[in-house]
Amino acid sequence: MALRESAPPRKKIVMSDENILSQRFEIRGGDFSNAGKASTSIKEILQEIGIDSSIIIRASIASYEAEMNVVMYAQRGSLTLNITPEKLHFKLEDDGPGIENIELAMQEGFSTATDKMREMGFGAGMGLPNIKKNADKFEISSKPGKGTSLDIIICLNKTE
Amino acid sequence: MCPTQAIRIRDGKAVIIEEKCIDCGECITVCPQNAIIPLTDPFGESAKFRHTVALPSPALYAQFGREILPEKILSGIKRLGFDDAYDLAFTCGEVSFAIQEYLREYQGPKPLISNVCPTVVRLIQVKYPALIDQVIPIDTPRELAAREIKRKKSKTLGLKEEEIGTFYLTPCPVKMISIKQPAEKGKSYIDGAIAISDIYGPLLAAMEDIENRSYRKALKNICILGIGWAMAGGICRTLRLKNSLAVSGLSEILKVFNDIERGRLRNIDFIEAYSCHQGCVGGSLTVENLYISYNKILKLIETLEFEQIKACPDIREVRKLYREKYFFIEGKLEPRPIKPLDKDLAKAIKKRKEKEDIHESLPKIDCGACGAPTCLTFAEDVVKGEAELADCIFSLPQKFAKLSQELLELLNKSASVRSIKLNINNIPNKKD
Repeated sequence: MALRESAPPRKKIVMSDENILSQRFEIRGGDFSNAGKASTSIKEILQEIGIDSSIIIRASIASYEAEMNVVMYAQRGSLTLNITPEKLHFKLEDDGPGIENIELAMQEGFSTATDKMREMGFGAGMGLPNIKKNADKFEISSKPGKGTSLDIIICLNKTE
Repeated sequence: MCPTQAIRIRDGKAVIIEEKCIDCGECITVCPQNAIIPLTDPFGESAKFRHTVALPSPALYAQFGREILPEKILSGIKRLGFDDAYDLAFTCGEVSFAIQEYLREYQGPKPLISNVCPTVVRLIQVKYPALIDQVIPIDTPRELAAREIKRKKSKTLGLKEEEIGTFYLTPCPVKMISIKQPAEKGKSYIDGAIAISDIYGPLLAAMEDIENRSYRKALKNICILGIGWAMAGGICRTLRLKNSLAVSGLSEILKVFNDIERGRLRNIDFIEAYSCHQGCVGGSLTVENLYISYNKILKLIETLEFEQIKACPDIREVRKLYREKYFFIEGKLEPRPIKPLDKDLAKAIKKRKEKEDIHESLPKIDCGACGAPTCLTFAEDVVKGEAELADCIFSLPQKFAKLSQELLELLNKSASVRSIKLNINNIPNKKD
């Protein structure tokens, strides 16, 4: 019996290195003085390669909100941006407490922010809904105690 | 030094990359060699008009001692050959009221940003297109005043509008550029700009034998709302706006704009932003020390407040004009993005990667010897084909090392080298 060996090999996604610009940013939880630096760098890169300003606005808002979520709730995390001529793909991963009820977290106005965060002007419960609003495709997966990961895709093709 | 890294040294000379330049004038202020000269109109260029009017920026009022008040300065200007000198502070006062009206009605994202400083407007067009709708669409006092002067004077004097020359006495070079190429693409009503620093000497001489009227009487002609336009924070203070900020200096503005873009200042209603420190009194074409002139305006405002002198435009009149859309800019402010690395997105992405690879290979100490301000801008110039990798002096030792390695290999291959080597080995050691 040769069961396992016959299983189809896992698909490896290989993208031609040439057309993909990848940038990775490490984000430290609680580091409010550097919060927002990743999204500022991202904005500058997008301006350099000539992305339309209406898309840059959406990308900056989405990446900033995502970055702030890591700063506010996790110890550490990362933001990876892959740029191809077709789309911007933001991938966020953090080691935070995770989200118990994703459906609830996606509702506008829902927030688990502490008073301290609110004092700083955060925690209006608009973060995740705002990301979704500015993305063409948005996926979130989270397990309590294991962290959260987000996939945010913004299409660059005007016809889409 | 340049906030947008627009300057390169090519063949020993400073060159400005125009699309990157936001006309802030920082380089003019800083350069010890005066290598960069602002393009203002020479003083005395008014001969081609049949009637000339000078419109001094309120910053001019801050250039002289405490006793010299706007009234005297305006009569001094007339002695210099202008047919008339108009007190721009009065229009500034009207615009202050118009801003107040606009703030009251406005419903969109906050804070609103003042458009008085053309550098700030250009900065938003180039680097912060997301904030463009937050720039107040009310025209600047200098433009509104020039329009009004042309309309009124052409009627009373029986002249054509183009026969009336309006000259702005400017504290900074950027206002000159904003006159030649308005940001909203409309045309300017101002015919020329003369540097305050150019007119200062002649004006001082012309004012010498003008008698000082009583200080109190002269005070009564000053519009408190308008005089504040010369300094950062003046508009907010004289309008008594509660949730407002005044920011000056480009690096500070960048920080504040980043925060606005991230939605962190939504509870602020209005932001006054000036690229020059302390506002227009800090312009690179002014003469007096900027802290002294800032203080003069501040003291003047305090005195007027204390004396309860309110020589201001009639607010009902302003409201009426506001409803008639008198104050609004004629065009629409559009983004002005920097030219991308390549028009084709795929190529631009590739070039951006190249830029990063080149940057990795550089020493990253931003020495500036190549002519670019930082290693990163140098890498960009190389990718754009505007500089060569060999321009980096740190590539020199590397090249030298490589070359000597090649030489050595070549020598080793040749037969004659053996005898040399033997000779070297035979050199007697000094210790022996």
